[in-house]
Amino acid sequence: MRQILKEYTYTPATIQRGYSGKSLYLNVSDLRMEEKVVTEFMKEKFIGGKGFDLWYLWQAVTPETRWDSPENEIVMSVGPLGGITQYSGTGKTLVCAISPMTGIPIDSNAGGYFGPLLKFSGWDALELQGKTEKELVIFIDGNKGLIQFCDAEGLPEDSHLLAEELTRNYAESEEDQVNVSVVSSGSAARNILYGMLNFSFYDPRRKVVRFKQAARGGLGTIMLDKGIKALVVRYKGIKGNTNNPADVATLNRIGVKYHKEMHDLDEKQNGMRKIGTANTILVMNQYDLLPTRNFQTGGDPAAVNISPKVFIEQYLTQGIHDGCWYGCTMSCAKTADHFRLLTGPYAGACVTVDGPEYECVAGLGSNLGIFDPRAILEENFYCDTYGVDLISFATTVAFIMECYQRGQISREQMGGLDLAFGNSDAVLELLHQMARGEGFGPIAGLGIRRLKKLFAEQFGSDPALLQDIGMENKGLEYSEYCHKESLAQQGGFALTNKGPQHDEAWLIFMDMVNNQIPTFEDKAYALYYYPMFRTWFGLCGLCKLPWNDIVPADNYKTETPAKVPEHVQNYVDIFNAVTGKSIDKEELILQSERVYQFQRVFNIRMGKGLREHDYAPYRSLGPVSSEEYLSRQELYDRQLREKQGLDPAAMSLDEKIATTRAYREQQFELLMDAVYKRRGWTENGVPKPEHLREIGMDLPMLLEVIEPHL
Amino acid sequence: MKILVHKQELCTGCRACEVACSTAYFKTPDRNKSAIRIINNDNSFHARKCTQCGECIDMCTAHAIYRDKNGVVRIDKKLCVGCLGCVGYCSELVMFYDDDLTEPFKCIACNICVKACPENALEVLVSKAG
Repeated sequence: MRQILKEYTYTPATIQRGYSGKSLYLNVSDLRMEEKVVTEFMKEKFIGGKGFDLWYLWQAVTPETRWDSPENEIVMSVGPLGGITQYSGTGKTLVCAISPMTGIPIDSNAGGYFGPLLKFSGWDALELQGKTEKELVIFIDGNKGLIQFCDAEGLPEDSHLLAEELTRNYAESEEDQVNVSVVSSGSAARNILYGMLNFSFYDPRRKVVRFKQAARGGLGTIMLDKGIKALVVRYKGIKGNTNNPADVATLNRIGVKYHKEMHDLDEKQNGMRKIGTANTILVMNQYDLLPTRNFQTGGDPAAVNISPKVFIEQYLTQGIHDGCWYGCTMSCAKTADHFRLLTGPYAGACVTVDGPEYECVAGLGSNLGIFDPRAILEENFYCDTYGVDLISFATTVAFIMECYQRGQISREQMGGLDLAFGNSDAVLELLHQMARGEGFGPIAGLGIRRLKKLFAEQFGSDPALLQDIGMENKGLEYSEYCHKESLAQQGGFALTNKGPQHDEAWLIFMDMVNNQIPTFEDKAYALYYYPMFRTWFGLCGLCKLPWNDIVPADNYKTETPAKVPEHVQNYVDIFNAVTGKSIDKEELILQSERVYQFQRVFNIRMGKGLREHDYAPYRSLGPVSSEEYLSRQELYDRQLREKQGLDPAAMSLDEKIATTRAYREQQFELLMDAVYKRRGWTENGVPKPEHLREIGMDLPMLLEVIEPHL
Repeated sequence: MKILVHKQELCTGCRACEVACSTAYFKTPDRNKSAIRIINNDNSFHARKCTQCGECIDMCTAHAIYRDKNGVVRIDKKLCVGCLGCVGYCSELVMFYDDDLTEPFKCIACNICVKACPENALEVLVSKAG
C-alpha cells in the first residue's frame, strides 16, 4: 500500500432516487476534505452531471482564473440516472474545468466505472481544487467510508501500467478488481496542453484494465498540473436498485424492451456490437464526409483499407460483451487484443488497444492521409496510454501536415520530423516526443490556436492561410467530420458552448445522409433542439449512442424519425422512474436549456461566448484552395448557377472560389442570426434576460454578467 | 448436459410445475416467479423454459453467467448486477425477471417440477455431451 499522507473517514450517504445528496470537496494544497450538501435548488436547476459540475465550477473561479490557477477546479459528476444497470449507456461521468485550450469551461464525458462507483460511495459530485508539489494518489473507499491522500512516488507514468498497478493495489482480491476504477493520464500530458483523462474499468474476461476517455479540452493536463497522479475509487455491491429508484418496475420494463431491440436490430442497423462507432467509415467516405488530409476532401479510395470489415476481420475481438458500464447491451467499446507494438518505449509488448472508435480512424487515419489499420491502432494505443486527446492531436497534426505541404513550415522547423501526409512513422515519433517532452512534441502539443500565432511570428507563415486551414474554434480543435457541405453541421460545430465537438449537435448524418433537415428553418430549429436534447444526457450520466445508433423497427413511420420519439419517451420514463418526478419531453428540453444557457453566460463571464467567438475557419465552410474547389468542381459550379444565378463558365477559378466564399460566409451569418434568435439570444449571442426569466434561469449572478453586453 | 424436456402431448396445463418451481426457489406459488411457464395455445400446452443454449453467457455484462459441470447454464447471484440484458437477449424468451427480485432467474433443470407433474409430462434428460 502507498504511504498515506492524510486520511479522513465519512459515513457514506444512502442513495435515494438517484441522488446521495452530498458532494465531496478535496483541496490538494492543504489535503483538506469537506462534505457539501446537494441542495434542492441544485437538483431543480442543474439536475446533476455537467449541471452540477458547472455550478460548482462557477463558485470556484473568477473571470481572471486561468487553467493552471490553483482555484481552477476539476469537477466530476455522474448524474441521477448514472449507475442504473437496466438501460444501455448509463455510466457516463461528466467532467468540467477551465480549459487550457479555450480558457472557458470544458465539459467532457467518459464511460468506465468511476462516476457510478463515486456516487454509490456517497458522492453526487467531486470537486478537486488546489495544487501540490508532491504528487498524490487520492483513494476513496465507498464501502468503508474512507478517503486517503497518498504519496504517488514510484508509480509508472503511463495509464496502461499505472491504472493496472493501482487497480491491483486497491482491490481486496483478484475478483475485487471489478469494483475499482482509476482516473489517470500519462507522460505526454505533462508536456502538452491537450492531455486527457483515462477512466478505467476492469475487464474480467480479458483480465486487463481498460479505458474510456474524458478526452477533450486538456483535463489530463490540468490534473497533473495540480499534482494529482490518479484518483482511485472502490465500491462493491452494484445492483439494479442501488440508486434506490422510485419505480423499479418501469426501469426494468423499459430496460428489457431496449435490450430486446438491441438483440433484434443491431445487426440489421449499425452493427455497434461488432465494430462500435467506426461502423460509419465507409458511409462517411461515400458521402464526402470523411475528413481527409486536414479536411481538404471528404474521402479517398484508400478508405477501403480502414473499413469496418478490415478491423472486424483482422483486429477486433468479436462475440463477447464490450460495454463500458454494466447493462450496456450496445456494447460498442471494442478492443484489439494481443496487439504487438512496434515503436516507442513499449515496442515488442503485447497489449490490448481500446477502440478504434470512429474519431480515431478518421482522425489518426484519413485526416492524416494514413490508411494503414495497424498504424492507426498503434497511434490509438499511444494516445491513450500517454494521456493525449486524440482528436486535438489528430486535427493539430493534420494542420501541421498541411502547413508543411504548402511550404508554410519546413522540416527543420519541425525538428527534422518529416510530417508529410501519410507518414505514420513520423506521427508515432511525434507522440513519443510528446511523452519525452522533447523535440517538436511539446510544440505540436500547444494546439492549433497557439501554433497559428507561433508559425506566423517565428516561421513567417501566412497568417491568413493558417486562419483558413486551422480547424479550431474557441481554441478547441474540430472533431473528425468533413462538414463543409453541411450548413447545419457548420453551426453544429462553431455555435457550441465548449468548442467544436460533435457531442452537442451531431447533425451531419441527418443533414447529408438522411436529408431530414432540408430547409434553412429546419437547420436553425435543429441547432436549437438537438444541442438542448443532447445536453440532457450530460446532466443525467448517460451516453448518447443508445438514443439513435439503434432505433425501433417502426421509427421511420413516426412524424419525427430524426428525434427517435420512442427513445425520447424511454428517457422521460426512466428519469421519472429513478427520481420519482413527472417530467414530460418538453420539461426534459427545459432542464437542458437551463444548463445550456448557464454555460453560455459562464463563457461570457470568462471573456468569450459572444458572436465574435462563434466564427468558423473557412475550411469548415467551404473550399479554401483551388485543389479543393476542383475536387468537387461540378458541385460548386452547380451551386454558383442554382444558388447565385451565376455562369461559372464565364468565371475564372479564383473568381469562383471568391464568390463561393462570399456566399457561404453570408449563409453562415444568416444561420447565426436564425440560431441566436431561436436560442433566445441577442444578435451578439448574449442570452436575453427575458428569455432567462421564461425558462426559470434569471438568477442574479447570470443577469449581472450579461447586463454590460445588452 | 442436463436439460428439461416437456412432452406436449401429456401436458394438461395444470401448472403444478409453475407452483412447484416458484415455491421451491422463492417461497411463493407465483407464476411470475417460476422458471417454467406453461402457455396455452387453444388447449395445446407449450412450455417456455431454458434450453441451456448458453447464448447469454458471453453477452452478460457482469460476467455472471456460466455453464456448470453438468452443462447447465447458471447465474452467479453475487456477480449479477441485475441489468436484465440477458432477459432481452434470450432468443427463446426463457430468461425471466420479477420486479421483487434483484436478479433474473432461469431453469436449471433441477427436477423439482418433474416430480411435481401429475401427468409425467416433464423429464430431465442427461445427454452424453454433459
